[in-house]
Amino acid sequence: MELSEITVHRMNPQIDPGLHVWGWEIPVYLFLGGLVAGMMILGGHLLVRGHGRRPQSVCHRLPALAIALLSLGMLALFLDLEHKRFVWRLYTTFEITSPMSWGAWILLLVYPALVAAFLVARGTLRPDLARRIGQLNMALGALLGIYTGILLSALGARPLWNSALLGPLFLLSGLSSAAALVHLLARDREEQTLFMKADNAFLATELVLLVLFFLGLVSSTRVHLEAARLFFGGPLTALFWVFVVGLGLVVPLVIQPLAVRHRVAHTAVAPLLVIAGGLALRFVIVYAGQMSHWR
Amino acid sequence: MARYGMVIDTARCVGCMDCVVACKTENGVPDGYCRDWITEEARGRFPTVHLEIRSERCNHCDNPPCVTCCPTGASHVEAGLGRIVLVTHDVCIGCKACLASCPYDARFIHPEGYADKCTFCAHRIQKGEDPACVAVCPTRCMHFGDLDDPHSEVSRLLEARRNHALLPEAGTGPRIFFLT
Ligand code: SF4
Ligand code: SF4
Repeated sequence: MELSEITVHRMNPQIDPGLHVWGWEIPVYLFLGGLVAGMMILGGHLLVRGHGRRPQSVCHRLPALAIALLSLGMLALFLDLEHKRFVWRLYTTFEITSPMSWGAWILLLVYPALVAAFLVARGTLRPDLARRIGQLNMALGALLGIYTGILLSALGARPLWNSALLGPLFLLSGLSSAAALVHLLARDREEQTLFMKADNAFLATELVLLVLFFLGLVSSTRVHLEAARLFFGGPLTALFWVFVVGLGLVVPLVIQPLAVRHRVAHTAVAPLLVIAGGLALRFVIVYAGQMSHWR
Repeated sequence: MARYGMVIDTARCVGCMDCVVACKTENGVPDGYCRDWITEEARGRFPTVHLEIRSERCNHCDNPPCVTCCPTGASHVEAGLGRIVLVTHDVCIGCKACLASCPYDARFIHPEGYADKCTFCAHRIQKGEDPACVAVCPTRCMHFGDLDDPHSEVSRLLEARRNHALLPEAGTGPRIFFLT
């Protein structure tokens, strides 16, 4: 038998025997960031379409909720930092090659945009500004959503994350979770149907992106193929296929089109599954990425 | 401009770990952590098994992903000191992006919260001394110097002997070479 054995005499915490630097905080932050990104795009879209003038529209309730959820996400991110009292160092520089630095500055722009949308909702801003603010929210939401994925793909040493597709994948996942949430919150019939239909489109696109993501991995080098194996027989197989793909994508994709055509009753089940699936996706990707390596 | 690196002769290294102890003492590395370590790699088919013992540490890469991903600039290339890769402790927020980005797992979070790793003993090389691990090695298997200077000891060794770096395929441009 051909022998190939490597023994590393090193036992650094969080590094050995396998990298584990990120626990629940980062997946939760990435999920909430993506959800808020989706809410900004969808809420912004409603403002652009003039729903700001409808008192019943769900777009009036989104900005405050988005601010609260984003702040929760930022709290999770802060809890993860190991050198907390230097957190302000993020804002004494702009590092052009670091997605995290981009993210820190994007977050700084996202808050005022959400506050502006909140003021529109309260009726304190001129309605003709509503359209502009809607566009701004859509643009910043897209940036925020993509950044949450690119953040991981820039970490070269983890083959699973070395795909620019993580950006669009997380954006779409954020959009589908947001559409599900907005659908749950909407009172206006037209808006309810709009977001359920939109959610179906987002989920279908997400499924396609996932397939492309895996195709990219398996058609690349040995280490990328091994990273993909984490989901095909590896330790994350059940979690990924049951929770992310099965319950989070496929089941809602079956239920929701039927609900749109009134074949089954409108319930909260499918939207809740979509939201839970979005959270599961972040956990699975963050954990799997840390398990993948070049050695 | 200098480009510091190391050349380590695996034909001489016996894995005594003096380099590990020297580093811990010289740099006050806390208990339970290490900036350099020994790796043993056995390959082949019995009875022709080949064992390579390596003293490993941060490779002070030419293309360091730990620097490009750092959001604060704490991880940086010290241009004035042989382009070695250093971390400024009171700029680091402990986000751990650099730990996740290093294919060699060379970094860790110091108990005080900042990212830490081998510095090539910056405080010693500034004075023209060798890093502690190099200075202490009883088999004299480690060599430190300027890879860009064709007359340096490291350049001459790389010219004369067969050698390899770790995971060159990861694209980081590692600057620690192992003579075989
Ligand atoms: S070995 Fe790791 S920590 Fe050192 S410079 Fe290269 S990527 Fe950075
Ligand atoms: S842990 Fe510190 S050195 Fe590493 S990327 Fe974050 S801020 Fe930079």
